[in-house]
Amino acid sequence: MAYRKVDEEILQQVRGIISDDKRILTEKQDLIGYSYDASFGVFLPELVIQPTTAQEVAAVVKLAYEETIPVYPRGQSTSLSGGPLPVEGGIVLDLSHMNKKLEVVPDDLIAIVSPGVLTADIHAAAEQAGLIYPPDPSSSHVSTIGGNLAENSGGPRGLKYGVTKDYVLGLEVVTPQGEIIRTGGRTVKNVTGYDLTKLIVGSEGTLGIITEAILRLIPKPQATAALMAIFDDIVTSGEAISKVLTSGILPAKMEIMDQTCIRAVESYQPSGLPVDAEAIILIEVDGHARAVEEEIREAAKLCEAVGARSVKIATSESERANLWKARKMVSPAITRVKPTKISEDATVPRSQIPAMFARLKKIREKYNVNLVVFGHAGDGNLHPNIVADKRDKDEMKRVEQAVAEIFEAAIELGGTLSGEHGIGNMKAPFMEMELGKAGLEMMQRIKESWDPKNIMNPGKIFPKPGQRLNLTEG
Amino acid sequence: MNKRKTLPYDETVQCVQCGYCLPACPTYLTMKRETHSPRGRINLVQMAAEGHLSLDELEEPLDLCLGCRACETACPSGVQYGKILEDARGVLAEYKGNRTSTPLRWIEDKMFQNIFPSPKKLQLLTDVIWLYQASGVQAMVHKGKLNHVLSDNLRAFEAVLPKVSSPLKRRKRPRLFKPPIANTLQWKVAFFTGCIMDAIFEKINRLSMELLALAGCEVHVIGEQTCCGALHAHAGRLDDAKILAKRNIEAFERLDVDFIVNNAGGCGGMLVEYDHLFHDDPQWEERAKAFVAKTRDISQVLAQCELPLTKPVNEIITYQRSCHMTNVQKVTTEPLDLIKRIPGVTFREMANPDMCCGSAGIYNVLNYKESMEILDVKMETVKETTATTIVTTNPGCLLQMKLGVQREGLSERVRVVHLAELLAESAELL
Repeated sequence: MAYRKVDEEILQQVRGIISDDKRILTEKQDLIGYSYDASFGVFLPELVIQPTTAQEVAAVVKLAYEETIPVYPRGQSTSLSGGPLPVEGGIVLDLSHMNKKLEVVPDDLIAIVSPGVLTADIHAAAEQAGLIYPPDPSSSHVSTIGGNLAENSGGPRGLKYGVTKDYVLGLEVVTPQGEIIRTGGRTVKNVTGYDLTKLIVGSEGTLGIITEAILRLIPKPQATAALMAIFDDIVTSGEAISKVLTSGILPAKMEIMDQTCIRAVESYQPSGLPVDAEAIILIEVDGHARAVEEEIREAAKLCEAVGARSVKIATSESERANLWKARKMVSPAITRVKPTKISEDATVPRSQIPAMFARLKKIREKYNVNLVVFGHAGDGNLHPNIVADKRDKDEMKRVEQAVAEIFEAAIELGGTLSGEHGIGNMKAPFMEMELGKAGLEMMQRIKESWDPKNIMNPGKIFPKPGQRLNLTEG
Repeated sequence: MNKRKTLPYDETVQCVQCGYCLPACPTYLTMKRETHSPRGRINLVQMAAEGHLSLDELEEPLDLCLGCRACETACPSGVQYGKILEDARGVLAEYKGNRTSTPLRWIEDKMFQNIFPSPKKLQLLTDVIWLYQASGVQAMVHKGKLNHVLSDNLRAFEAVLPKVSSPLKRRKRPRLFKPPIANTLQWKVAFFTGCIMDAIFEKINRLSMELLALAGCEVHVIGEQTCCGALHAHAGRLDDAKILAKRNIEAFERLDVDFIVNNAGGCGGMLVEYDHLFHDDPQWEERAKAFVAKTRDISQVLAQCELPLTKPVNEIITYQRSCHMTNVQKVTTEPLDLIKRIPGVTFREMANPDMCCGSAGIYNVLNYKESMEILDVKMETVKETTATTIVTTNPGCLLQMKLGVQREGLSERVRVVHLAELLAESAELL
């Protein structure tokens, strides 16, 4: 598919759509600012537009469709899979300016939001009404809900409450042809026709651009309690995870950090984590106050029985907050070891967690890479992260091979390429491995019927012929 | 020129572009584009170092950074943004210097090399300001709107300039302040007077020293000290900053004291990083470290002392933090503790209290429009507190907040003071 370049004639038409010139960026310095995310690769857009209404988005997309120009929706670009990267040039739509609407309707247990609203602001607004919006990606104080919807983000609470898609009742979407449509609605039950809402959430901007969402909220659990269990052996910690999960307790969160993570967090912000332990597990339960109290003690006992060195139950709200603060800091703090971070989210069935640990250990040794593990142990969503130095080409080649093998391991164990980060351009080459030829083709047919000119976030999810994982620049 | 050698490339590689800095950045908040975010600026420096961007193209995004370093506090990866910014500005300053010699640059050179480092010249300048204020000329100028010959930004600051102390009072200030009762001696301290601080805000300096004495410190004023060099370093004039740092280190080595105390957040931020200037010079680095180890903000010292805060201040007070105190010196709790110790005070925190007020050295003069946009956001949160007094701990913030109060038409109801002034009021030093 040959795309048209953004030229003066196109710019003229864009100026007719976007009234404020300040929201049309064409300077090189500005374009560079929209050429990256938190993953890999640098791709310069030809134009960046900052729309503030669905009508503006629709008009730009309509123009792009008529002229066959690629369009990439973007939030605050915290994506770890390359979701917003303008891999074919064209127009980046910076939707972080569409942040005006954040309406909580307590009687309907819903929130209606613009795509540019920060997810943490939704958390705060819901809590004020005694409710919660459960999905809580670690980046929630920076990431926009639009980006979370497009990538189907998760977070620690996924174990008990599921991911973003489980809380979307309805959407307003701009189609690749520039039409504004609505999917779903304000009701929890809605079985009218195809479930386009679920199809669009997690479609990574390849089927349309979300311009409004109706989110489901749930009552805030009365009480929460948390503990930290310390292990001298990471495999024992895996056993503890299984033990707790099969004991009849359903924790809200269950996280694991290995030694490298613990040390990185401690060197960033000392909070009394044991730097000599091989792994720690954080468990949080929520619900009725009395049940919570009993469950956290039961979980502590189970960890001790399996062989935890020590278990500490948080006795105050500030202690509990402190535990989670440490966990939130892991992802960026590990870059203190080496500056380049390749963050994966391969997910396996819970029973396979110990097996996955063993495979990761082998991969670390085989390719001699700094592979650290943390993640949402309770739902099998591990984050094997490799920290490297992108200036070292030889190391990066080994990292490429290691990453490919992590994906293979996850799929062989009955898991998936992505638990919450999405596929983007990075994992596209591995899609067939998980879905099979026919499975991937079926998805491609959906994409072609929605977007026959392939203008909507091209280069994502679907691999180009011969496309391979490339971390050595590009 | 091999740019990769000079631009701080390795420091930029440390950034993983996670974006955690975005909500902390005042210019990202007001200018609303990635170009003016910490992540964006770091990336641009990296692009320039790799040769994808010219130095000319790098200039504006770096100029528009406040240097408040809130991003450093927010960054979990430990990216040294302050170093990236200063080093890159150093490269730009050198590049511009080699290319052009404009009259503006000549003035800049004179200011940086002759005026700030010279207490005598600053005293003279202050004498002129005093004459202007005391003679009634200022009132005449305002009445006749003669100040309209000044550009918008200079006119704004001319109007909020405090009444300076008289030449006699300034020159007669003692060089030693002793505790009222000899046996209450806590510490022997040297006071860092600063350049602008000691000229325009001499009254605050004097009150600061009196407060320290009242709290039981023997306060010495060392004559040989000079400007801290913060404005120089922020403008990329690292060589000038080093010269001043050496002069100060030498000056304060003359007297064995427990602490070197300053009362200006921006100067303090520079002083506690003197060792960073001398990475390639082990001998000076050692001496700088000894200096840094003794450096304290006045609130850190006073918070550990008994202060006779007897007179109630029955007001609603809010506190505008100095960025360099918060993000560089990491002094955050002591000023609050002191404010809350004053009887009668109702303290109300503003929303987003850590956000810069837009003063940032001379940013507000150089980038007036951008600075005022940041100030407007700040004043919204100040108004919400219904405070009648705004407390600051840095001369730049003090002037900027006065300007904010004036712009909002609140001059009748709201005053802006330095923490030392407020404490002095309650300690009945005024």
